Amino acid sequence: MALIEIRNVKKQYTSGEDTVEALRGVDITIEAGEFITIMGQSGSGKSTLLSVLGGMNHPSSGEVEMAGVKLYQLPGEKLADFRAQNLGFVFQSFHLIQYLTAIENVMLPLAITKMSTNDKKSAARTALERVGLGAKLDRLPNQLSGGEQERVAIARAIVNNPHILLADEPTGNLDSKTSEEVMALFRELNAAGQTVVMVTHNPENGAYSDRTINLRDGMVLGQA
Amino acid sequence: MKLHTISINNLKRRKAKMAFLTIGLMVGIATIVTLVTLTRSMSSDIERKMDEFGANILITPQSNGLAMNYGGISLGGVTFDQREILESDLAKIKTIKNSKNVSAVSPKVLGGITVNNHDVLLVGVHFESELKMKQWWKVFGSEPKSDQDLLLGTDAAKVLNVNPGDKLTIKGESFTVAGVLDQTGSQDDSLVFASLPKAQKLLGKEGKITLAEVAALCSGCPISDMVTQIAEKLPDAKVSAIQQVVEGRLKALDQFKRFSYAMAGVVVFIGSLIVFVTMMGSVNERTTEIGVFRAIGFRKAHIMRIILFEAALVSLLAGFLGYAAGMGGAKLALPFMAESKNAHLVWDTTVAFGSIGLALTLGLVASLYPALHASKMDPTEALRAL
Repeated sequence: MALIEIRNVKKQYTSGEDTVEALRGVDITIEAGEFITIMGQSGSGKSTLLSVLGGMNHPSSGEVEMAGVKLYQLPGEKLADFRAQNLGFVFQSFHLIQYLTAIENVMLPLAITKMSTNDKKSAARTALERVGLGAKLDRLPNQLSGGEQERVAIARAIVNNPHILLADEPTGNLDSKTSEEVMALFRELNAAGQTVVMVTHNPENGAYSDRTINLRDGMVLGQA
Repeated sequence: MKLHTISINNLKRRKAKMAFLTIGLMVGIATIVTLVTLTRSMSSDIERKMDEFGANILITPQSNGLAMNYGGISLGGVTFDQREILESDLAKIKTIKNSKNVSAVSPKVLGGITVNNHDVLLVGVHFESELKMKQWWKVFGSEPKSDQDLLLGTDAAKVLNVNPGDKLTIKGESFTVAGVLDQTGSQDDSLVFASLPKAQKLLGKEGKITLAEVAALCSGCPISDMVTQIAEKLPDAKVSAIQQVVEGRLKALDQFKRFSYAMAGVVVFIGSLIVFVTMMGSVNERTTEIGVFRAIGFRKAHIMRIILFEAALVSLLAGFLGYAAGMGGAKLALPFMAESKNAHLVWDTTVAFGSIGLALTLGLVASLYPALHASKMDPTEALRAL
């Protein structure tokens, strides 16, 4: 059974009398351990698809099933719990909390768990070491470079060992050298068994993935 | 890392904004503490003053225009024409509507007697209630304990040339001068005090009294109402209120108290607005942050806890500081506001806990909507990136 099944998902946004169809019946299946990139032009619906996949954006119709759970049939707070336990997010602008240190940022998803503080610290340290930032645990985000901030964001996304790692344009704000390093890190995580779904508009990033899904005007144009 | 770690770190980061919020709330709490403490301290000052004055209601017989000379009333040479009140009638005072406000009733019998060839005014009193009422009395020797004991005013003792422990014979009966009063500057200095039953016997007025002083010593006692009530119970007596000035001051204080509470209400309202606006601004500034929290699985309740914990911390700090500043303000203002120079500041734990509790309640209630607003943020919209 596939880890993720997206069946005929449609998403419409209404603004006044205007209706925009961001997704027009998307069907995607993702297996555990896959590294998927979703590509497309601006307005193709890739970010909407990622938010639907991440349990944050109710589709207008269709179904999203993840690890046997129909996401949007879960009540609101159960959906939050599902996100906390099964998903890791890496945002385009990192979205690190500026007043928390690197290790505190990474511990954030664990703040709502019943783990002991020592266990949380240990898990966060391990995650930061995995992304190569074991020596910068106590730095604030503004004391880190863009690439390092991205790594902290990745560490925060993997600290709770999620089923799926979702990344939205993770290299969008990085120079090409740092982008390559970050993509190599994603590849490394995937090689260790982590399922990765990444939205990107950079065709070079597709080279790191197992499969690329192309979107155009809210529809899957093809998969390669 | 726990939820409160996020709150504490955020407060540390937004020092200026949180300082503004703390000061805003603190000023409100300080104003309330100052007003309440001033009112209480001034009330206490007035009450103490009333204690010093002693009685505030005087019951005298209807004497057809004749005056006596006690408590500001002229006795003169008409002593023997005056009417008396039956001692048993005084029990009726305990039956008035405001009887719980009566703290002491001190009946007196007055009459002229001759001692050692000197004419003196003998006053029969219940020593226990008299000493309780006249706390400013300073007795040299000992307080009278038996019917054979006398207490002399300082001038009377000089004229009669007696000291504590000396004997005096009145109408053939021997008495002991138990004590002599220190100079009071009042008519008490020239009086000879004996126990009421003994004085009544010596003056041939058994069961009768000349006047009674009533002490209703409490802030806001309805003195004029009590005068009317006692007058109704004792139709043959003249009941009058004394210390009108103090009573007037109490009324003014009552008005100040009402004004203080109205001010406190306005201050609470403004304080709530400050908290509300600041917390709402803070929440709006943190839209992305809240979006991240929601995206990584924080429940709505978690978001609310973060916001409300911040509000609680700031409010508690504002409560403590507000109480301290308020008491400081009251201490500075009291000398200018109080009747007497030696008015004391009233330190009341109720005000302390009340002000901190009020700050906390105010902070939490005013932050409830911003917290709710934050918790309902759509993570996708909050992040915008997705």
